[in-house]
Formats: sequence, structure tokens, C-alpha cells
Amino acid sequence: MSAMNEPRTITIKPSTGWAALNLKDLWDYRELIYFFTWRDLKVRYKQTLLGASWAVLQPVLTMVVFSIFFGGLAKVPSDGVPYPIFSYTALLPWTLFSKALQDASRSLVSSANIISKVYFPRLILPISSTLAGLVDFAIAFVVLLLMMVFYGIHPTANLWLLPLLILLALITAIGVSLWLSALNVMYRDVGHMLPFLNQFWMYITPIAYSSSIVPEKWRFVYALNPLTGVVEGFRWALLGTGEGPGITLLISSCIAILITISGLFYFRRMERKFADLV
Amino acid sequence: MSKTAIRVENLGKKYNIGALVVKYPTLRDKISDGFKRHEKNADNFIWALKDVSFEVKEGQVLGVVGRNGAGKSTLLKILSRVTEPTEGLVEIRGRVGSLLEVGTGFHPELTGRENIFLNGAILGMRREEIGSKFDEIVSFAEVEKFIDTPVKRYSSGMYLRLAFAVAAHLEPEILVVDEVLAVGDAEFQKKCLGKMSDVAQQGRTVLFVSHNMSAVLRLTQETLVIDHGQLLMRGPTPEAVDFYLSKGLTQEGQKIWMEDEIATAAKPFRPIAIRVLDKHGGVADTVRSAEPFVIEIEYELGKPLKGLRVGIYLLTTRGEYIFTSFDTDDIKQYEANTVRQAGRYVSRCKIPANLLNEGRYVIGVNASTYLIKRYFQDDQALLFNVDPVGAPGMQWVETRLGTIRPVLNWQIENYESGEMRHGK
Repeated sequence: MSAMNEPRTITIKPSTGWAALNLKDLWDYRELIYFFTWRDLKVRYKQTLLGASWAVLQPVLTMVVFSIFFGGLAKVPSDGVPYPIFSYTALLPWTLFSKALQDASRSLVSSANIISKVYFPRLILPISSTLAGLVDFAIAFVVLLLMMVFYGIHPTANLWLLPLLILLALITAIGVSLWLSALNVMYRDVGHMLPFLNQFWMYITPIAYSSSIVPEKWRFVYALNPLTGVVEGFRWALLGTGEGPGITLLISSCIAILITISGLFYFRRMERKFADLV
Repeated sequence: MSKTAIRVENLGKKYNIGALVVKYPTLRDKISDGFKRHEKNADNFIWALKDVSFEVKEGQVLGVVGRNGAGKSTLLKILSRVTEPTEGLVEIRGRVGSLLEVGTGFHPELTGRENIFLNGAILGMRREEIGSKFDEIVSFAEVEKFIDTPVKRYSSGMYLRLAFAVAAHLEPEILVVDEVLAVGDAEFQKKCLGKMSDVAQQGRTVLFVSHNMSAVLRLTQETLVIDHGQLLMRGPTPEAVDFYLSKGLTQEGQKIWMEDEIATAAKPFRPIAIRVLDKHGGVADTVRSAEPFVIEIEYELGKPLKGLRVGIYLLTTRGEYIFTSFDTDDIKQYEANTVRQAGRYVSRCKIPANLLNEGRYVIGVNASTYLIKRYFQDDQALLFNVDPVGAPGMQWVETRLGTIRPVLNWQIENYESGEMRHGK
């Protein structure tokens, strides 16, 4: 991609087995990540009435429903903080994750026309789809700050953990969508599975309830869901509830990294067939 | 003198037909098959490209010709790294830009300005590079006034011009061009050809793929002929084009279409055969200039078609069109055949005597409904020869220039005697 004085020689030949990750190629094309992310942002709210308010409406309305039914009627315990802010704090990283998962898993198929015509590292597509979600996250975060002012909750000194948690949510989303987007090229079943997976995953993540209701002996299994670590961490860093980063977060991080590394290799292995199959 | 820009060695690409027909195997199929490996059945795949080897020197403009499905696009896709070869090796010195992806990644909601940057980045340009060429691109595309308008509001001509402009300013070491000239108005096509000559003159390597023989002849010195995935010949363009047009196409004056030559999009139209018949009604690969002959197209309709017209193009072997004619050109025929029922048909066209000069001619076939759909097109369906025996002027043994050889009425006057004599 760089301007070359002495043209470099590229060798094209059939690859066999597991391909190298070739992250250098990805680095050479870093500007394209920026351009795809920028395009997704530019286009996302074109020709909509409410525009970027959608970024706020989604988590806020979910919070309202949760607060009425789970917080108000079912009296789900919320670790001593008001239920609305309790659930909204969890909905923030969840929305970031679930949006990234949905967009990134479909990214290859929805860019089929580009994939079948131009070469670039295909990894760019799921990565840039994931990154585009960060802007929505930032907008929705402002609402959280307003709610904290309203409820008189002071942020704790634990805030330092927040960027790492956001990173963990993104890595998990990228890892899972590396698998799903590559599978989606071959099996369109993935498209049908996504809404269900999304719903299922939301129930096994402590969003509407607190993870403290999970019996101690099952905590280990529960932590296998990387989002558990993210959501718990968010509440600890912002609201000061629950415990600080510990074994749960460690398990969550390990799982996320495992999924991502295996996803990277699987994606690279399947990459050579994308243009023929998509 | 110059170095090798592209070296292709024993290149092959295998496609699994099974995977193409049943495009998306579902997960359930995979599970019910027990994840067993499918037996490698010889019928299950085709070689879109096989044992292709060639080299291109830096600064060379090389033509690539071949029929639809011959493997040209597969070759270009491998060279531009979109798909991987199944076997063989390619070495490329420098960046490959291709005009086969004109407008790739254009987003309808984005403005012209935004799309230039996005498309440029997709094609592999850096941001500063696009920025420095921005004005040039805009003025080449002639869209200055609409540069901040979403491209979905562009006319198709503007859209195409902008798309081509971005690709044309990529300035890669190696440029691959595939049939872009088939689109756009005449003025713009001229501009594109001009841009291509510029690129060639700047010493860059160009691979030019086209069905337009006159463009290939004009722009390239050497040409590859590809058929059924194999490299049939490489030679000076005039020879290669002549070889391509005459190669195995004449099967004693008739061409029968095989199932794999007909795109599925042709349905319900199915071409069967095209023949040249001499004045006695026999299939012939050579007809006489001085005698009438018949071109007939046999085809089948799977279901009734409204407004169908079946016609021919007549071309020289240099690719210039002599005429185009459809079976419903005549208004009476047109009204009598508004709907053609399913069944088998022959459309027969009588070519009058004393029309064509001696030489070789190519017949192209087109079956379409005006402005709605082109069912089938084969630009080089059949080749035939015209023999000058009996034509006017045969008392002199010479080759007459020109494509037509009409019988014309001449008068010769002698002013000195004041009399007028009529020439025969």
C-alpha cells in the first residue's frame, strides 16, 4: 500500500494448512480500517429522523422496561444502588458488545461485492465494524454521567479499570465475530442464529440482575462468559458495587483472548476461500 | 532491457462445481453428512485455468482475449490477489491496480468527495496520495458541481465517470483493465482509451482484457488467446486476433452451442445452432460474393416470451461492425410475433448477392427484448469466408479494399465524340 520507489515483488501461490497471521499486512492497510469505520459512522444514521439519538434510545428504553418489570415489579435486588442506574451501567458495555457482534458477524457477507473484486486483508472488515460501535458507546455514556449526577453517585477511584473493560468487551466481540463472520460466508445459518444468540447471551450476562444471586459453586462456570467480567467490572468501577477485579475478570479475559486467537487463525485459514464462496 | 513485471508459471485454478450450484450448504447438511470428506469425483470440479504460463515485461501492453468463461476473469482475479490459485505460481513486481473494480465500495449515501477517499483507500491509495490527486480526479470525471452531493443522486454516467476517474488515478506499476470500455458514452470511452494510452506511454505495464477486437488491435502489440482455461497462443496482436476469431469456430459452417457455453441467465432462451447455408441450402463455410446465402439461428424457448427479437451482428475479423439486423425489424414481422410461444424456432436471414467483399467474416448473435433484457449474446458465434468468384472486377487478380462489393452501375462518357455510351 505504501508508495514504492523500487517496486516490491509479490509472490502468489496456493497456501496450505494454517496460514500465518500476517499482521504486517494489516498494519500496511491501517488507513483502510479508519476509512471503513468512518464510512459506517457516516452512513449509520443517514436518512433517519432521530439520527444519533438512536445510540441513546436503545439502552435507555431497555433500562426503562427493566426498571419497571425487574426492578419495580419483580423486585430484583440491585446491590444497594437504584435499579435504573444499576441496569444502565450494565447495558452500556452490553450494547457496545452486542452491536459489534451483530455488525461484525455480518460484515463479510454484506461487503461481498468488495471482497470478490479487490484484495485487502479481510480482517479489516470485522475490526472496523466493531470499532464503529465506540462512538455510539461514547454518546450513551454521557447519559450515564447525567444519571450519576441525578442519583448523586460519585465515581470511585476504580475508574482506571474502565478502558481495560471496554477493550475486553471489544476483544470478545471481535473474537466471536471472527468465527461467526467466517462461518457466515459458508453457512448462512449464522445470520438466522445471530438474533437468538444475542438474546441468549443477554440472559446469561448479569444485566437485569446481579451476579451475586449466582450460587458460589457456580461462579466459576458463570465467569466463563467474558461479558460477566466486563459487566461486573463496570459496576465496580462506576458504582462501587461488588468486588474488584479478581478471579472472575481473569477467567473472562483468558476466555476472550482464547476465542480471539483461535478466531484469528480460523479466519485466516478460511480467508482464501472468501472470494469464491461469498 | 526491461525487467519482468509479471511471471506466471503453471497457473491453475480449480472450482468445485458442486459448491457453485448448491451455493450455500447449510450447517444441517454438513452435520447430516457426518462431516465426512466428499469423495473426489472427477465431475465435481472444473479447471477454470490450467497450466498457464507467460511473462510480461515492464512497460508492455498485453492483450488478453477469449470467449466468455474461457478463464480471463479468473486469471485477473488471481493476479489482483482476490482469489488464490489452486496450483502454480505468480510473481508480480509492483502494485497491481485494476479497472475491473470500477466503483467498488462506492456507497450511495456518501457524497462524491467522500466516495473518492473511500474508494481510493479500498483500491490501495494512501490518504495523502488521494488528497494530492483529488482535483485531477474531479476534473477528469467532470463532476465539480456535484462533488458534495450523495452519489445516489448522480446519473449513471456521472457515477461511472467518477468511479473510473478514481481507478484511473491509482497509478499502479501494473494496470489490469477488463471491459470497462463496454460502458459509458462514446465521448467517455474515448477518454478512457486515451487515459490507457497515457498509462502505457508512461512505461507502465498494462493487461488489457476485452471483447472489443478493434480496441485490442489499437492498444496492444502482443496478445494472449485463452480458451477453456488454457493458453492457446501468444503472438503479435493482429495474428492473435485472427487466430482467436478463426480458431475452431467454423465447424463446417455451423456452430452448435454446448450446455456449458450458455449462461443460466439466458433462460428461457436456449440457443441451439447457427449455420451459414449456400444458395443450394447446404451448410457451407465458404459462400460466394456473387450469390445470395442464408444465415439461420435455431433456438428453443422454455416458455412464452413477449417482444423477443433474435438477430445477428456481422463483423470483420478486425472487429469492426458491418451491420446489425433483427428478425422482427420489419414492422409486419414485428406485429406478427409480439409473443412467441414455447417451442423450437428457426430465424432465417437471407443475405443478398453482391453485398460482401472477399474475406473472412464473423457473425455475432443477440437475443433480447428491447430495453428489458438481453437473454443471450455471443459476439463471435461463427466465422465464414466469402469467395470472390463471379464478383465484378474479377478480370483483375487483386484483392479489393473494403468490406462490401456491390454491383454498381457505371457510365463512361467520351466528351470528344460527344456521344454517350452506356457501360454494362
